[in-house]
Amino acid sequence: MSARVLVGVKRVIDYAVKIRVKPDKTGVVTDGVKHSMNPFCEIAIEEAVRLKEKKLIKEVIAVSCGPQQSQETIRTALAMGADRGIHVDVSGKDYENLGPLQVSKILAALAKKEDVRLIILGKQAIDDDCNQTGQMTAALLDWPQGTFASQVDFQEDSLKVEREIDGGLETIKIKMPAVVTADLRLNEPRYATLPNIMKAKKKKIDTVKPSDLGVDLSSQLEVLSVEEPSQRQAGVKVETVEDLIKKLRDSGRI
Amino acid sequence: RAWKLSEQQKEFRDTARKFAREEIIPAAPHYDKTGEFPVPLIKRAWELGLMNSHIPEHCGGLGLGIFDACLITEELAYGCTGVQTAIEANSLGQMPVIIAGNNDQQKKYLGRMSEEPLMCAYCVTEPGAGSDVAGIKTRAEKKGNEYIINGQKMWITNGGAANWYFLLARTDPDPKAPANKAFTGFIIDADTPGVQPGRKEINMGQRCSDTRGITFEDVRVPKENVLIGEGAGFKVAMGAFDKTRPPVAAGATGLAQRALDEATKYALERKTFGKVLAHHQAVSFILAEMAMKVELARMAYQRAAWEVDEGRRNTYFASIAKAFAGDIANQVASDAVQVFGGNGFNSEYPVEKLMRDAKIYQIYEGTAQIQRIIIAREHLAKYTV
Repeated sequence: MSARVLVGVKRVIDYAVKIRVKPDKTGVVTDGVKHSMNPFCEIAIEEAVRLKEKKLIKEVIAVSCGPQQSQETIRTALAMGADRGIHVDVSGKDYENLGPLQVSKILAALAKKEDVRLIILGKQAIDDDCNQTGQMTAALLDWPQGTFASQVDFQEDSLKVEREIDGGLETIKIKMPAVVTADLRLNEPRYATLPNIMKAKKKKIDTVKPSDLGVDLSSQLEVLSVEEPSQRQAGVKVETVEDLIKKLRDSGRI
Repeated sequence: RAWKLSEQQKEFRDTARKFAREEIIPAAPHYDKTGEFPVPLIKRAWELGLMNSHIPEHCGGLGLGIFDACLITEELAYGCTGVQTAIEANSLGQMPVIIAGNNDQQKKYLGRMSEEPLMCAYCVTEPGAGSDVAGIKTRAEKKGNEYIINGQKMWITNGGAANWYFLLARTDPDPKAPANKAFTGFIIDADTPGVQPGRKEINMGQRCSDTRGITFEDVRVPKENVLIGEGAGFKVAMGAFDKTRPPVAAGATGLAQRALDEATKYALERKTFGKVLAHHQAVSFILAEMAMKVELARMAYQRAAWEVDEGRRNTYFASIAKAFAGDIANQVASDAVQVFGGNGFNSEYPVEKLMRDAKIYQIYEGTAQIQRIIIAREHLAKYTV
């Protein structure tokens, strides 16, 4: 199979870090904070690499949009088995405004430029929880989408995608080229072994600017304020059921 | 200097850290209780490329420097020093072959380590001679194209699991012969007739590490397995330490860091006299001193590792790192138990294991006292012409 797969990998604050809101309420503290690849993006890369190992696809291209540090995330993807990387250089105000709409425009442009048959993304990022990029990318390309995938079966020109939905599992068949977004149970991502980390150094990462792709990064959204969830108030203990009902009545709850 | 890690070093460290936190830590208490050799963990470490990092590339290894090895070692030790010692003992056993082996020896004995998850061991200590290496009695007598080995070794890490040993034996029977001529280093396949590993010893800590006595009875070793030549053994055996002491110091630092993290987390949760432990100055001072020691131990091993990677003789720094890290690991582990109070003494909490595991760092790879002899010698040599 000569297909190319494009996988988006996002650099996010590491899942184990305790998030702190900036005092000026414009966002969260990112300086000096540990970042890593979005866990759902790891699952996406793992799926793509497995397809390549099964010889169902030819090449895995890892893409990340962001400042210079995004290259670290691409390196991790290369160490997991991606063939080459594309760093879309976005920094400063553009990076602050970078959201699913902008990223999906970039991915759509890259998909055309690199003649890609399949895009695999994480279902959402753990920082903004948007869950939009996959869907928007498919719409911009007018490609079918298989989102929340817990299993993907490659079949010549189409994919059988098992999706996790509220009611259970739904299996759909979509023609390629297509967009798939990875859910938690799709696979267990591999470690970057030390030999593969060393081999990854020889793999190429190209840098492009959004303007090279003809993409307009302007955003319709403005972040007004970012605040912590309100502190949990202390509870009150009561002795009897009668006390409980009285208190609930007095506070207007019942 | 080496304070800023390269991208590759950060990636190596992250892989080691992930493995230690997600796979070693949950399994460590079980292996500590049973004393079982942690085969699945060692196999995983091997698969991830975390073992045998010093093996040269022409033997299928990564050929990493000592600094990189130390970064990995610290992360693994954070998880469990028992597991990490089993892995580190491979490096110690291999080091004589790496620094003194000829091409054939390296291909044969280092090559196989990259093909399967095998263990090896460094066989020098005896029941009657530990620090006084020149006092070992195991003898090797030349007979035609072979040497016949007879003797007793003790406290050999990986003794029961090893595929081959580096062994130091006395080839010159003359008791007046100087140390730098009387001993020879050999590579011995563990399945050679006459090699008899003893029972697994039950130790205070690092209990899953396999430590045994080994008896050598008329063991025949081909002369091809001599490292460098007859009489060169002492230098080979000792030369390994400049490269293996920094990683041992890194292991002690990993244990100390774990003790500090556990104590700090506890001190931020446990309340007493109306506030968390950490907000009592007596406790915060304990934590501050623990932090000082951990940071300094790390800097010490990094310096020692960097010096040898740059091609310089690092004996002074290696001994300082090993001595300091071994001492502070014990202090910090004990302090961690103190911060936990009664809970710290109990086996349901993680810190008592750290105290038991820490002690050996003042004993193996050159005791705390031997390190001081070396440091004094190196230090004084700078002042005399």
